[in-house]
Amino acid sequence: MTTKTTKSPYWQGMAAGAPFVLVVVPLSILFGVVATEAGLSVFETMVMTTLVIAGAAQFTAVQLLSEGAPTLIALVTALAVNLRMAMYSASLTPHLGAAPVRHKALIAWLMVDQAYACGMLAYERNPGWSVAQKASFYFGTVSLIVPLWGVFTFVGAVVGEAIPPEFALDFAVPITFLAMIGPMLRTQAHMVAAGVAIIVSLFLAFLPYSIGVLLGGLAGMIAGAEAERQMAHRGIAI
Amino acid sequence: MTEIGTGIGTEIGTAALWTVIIGLGVGSFLLRFSFLGLIGDRELPVWVLRHLRYTGVAVIPALVAPLVVWPAATGGALDAPRMVAALVTVAVGLAFRNVIAAILAGGASLYLGLYLLG
Repeated sequence: MTTKTTKSPYWQGMAAGAPFVLVVVPLSILFGVVATEAGLSVFETMVMTTLVIAGAAQFTAVQLLSEGAPTLIALVTALAVNLRMAMYSASLTPHLGAAPVRHKALIAWLMVDQAYACGMLAYERNPGWSVAQKASFYFGTVSLIVPLWGVFTFVGAVVGEAIPPEFALDFAVPITFLAMIGPMLRTQAHMVAAGVAIIVSLFLAFLPYSIGVLLGGLAGMIAGAEAERQMAHRGIAI
Repeated sequence: MTEIGTGIGTEIGTAALWTVIIGLGVGSFLLRFSFLGLIGDRELPVWVLRHLRYTGVAVIPALVAPLVVWPAATGGALDAPRMVAALVTVAVGLAFRNVIAAILAGGASLYLGLYLLG
């Protein structure tokens, strides 16, 4: 990361990840507040936030535990929320799979939605990048958001003050995700994938433990791939 | 998925909590490491790559759709300010291909909507 050829992607990555600070800071404060209000100590909150680094899964686990759900249900549900990370891992593999194992372990630990989304966008725009440059970009994207995720979880946990509901921070996560969708919809196949995913996810929303989200995502993937295959078959440039 | 604890919950047992913390930490790492660690730099089949191209564009809408239609903050009731903010966010993201512009527009729309309608 110190050589001249890989320095530039690192800073590009940091620039790409920087805007998400605006979302990560309020969310991490909120998690600190919610976790300590649910009865976690500051230490327990910090261990969870450092080990897991996944807002949606952490909120899910704390919410279910505070509702008195069985330990196994809380764990499995939170892991189900994180199942999309296996899909991220798979789709990053063509770009980062050749990196050294210790780098891949670090990439895995630091894998968050924003790093994945920024990374995939950058790798498609820079097909000439080496594995080292791609890894540098990835580490750049998380250099601000992951440390700040920890620091501001701590602030939230220590301050322990409830953020008034009129701030509507509940919608910070959906808005982040929604903002990522527009730039991803580059072809008709992407739109088919997103449309099918939304419809299936909503129709299966009655299923417990976010199973509808998983099946919706899977259906969208299959639909997008099939749309791409058919368009290629008919000779439509994609 | 981001429902906020209301503080009315039962007390969490230490053993249950640490089981979830460690289990979620290790499990999440294994999910994230899975393909990167196992597949390495071997070539994946074309059909697998074709499906993987659509993971993000499928999973993120699938994740977010229920959060928009049944927001946690309103107890799952359809909410006009949040719905409008969601549409504004996607529209600005589509029009300008810029994530942060979309976030800011969505946030502004949400606060304006809550101020006018809430």
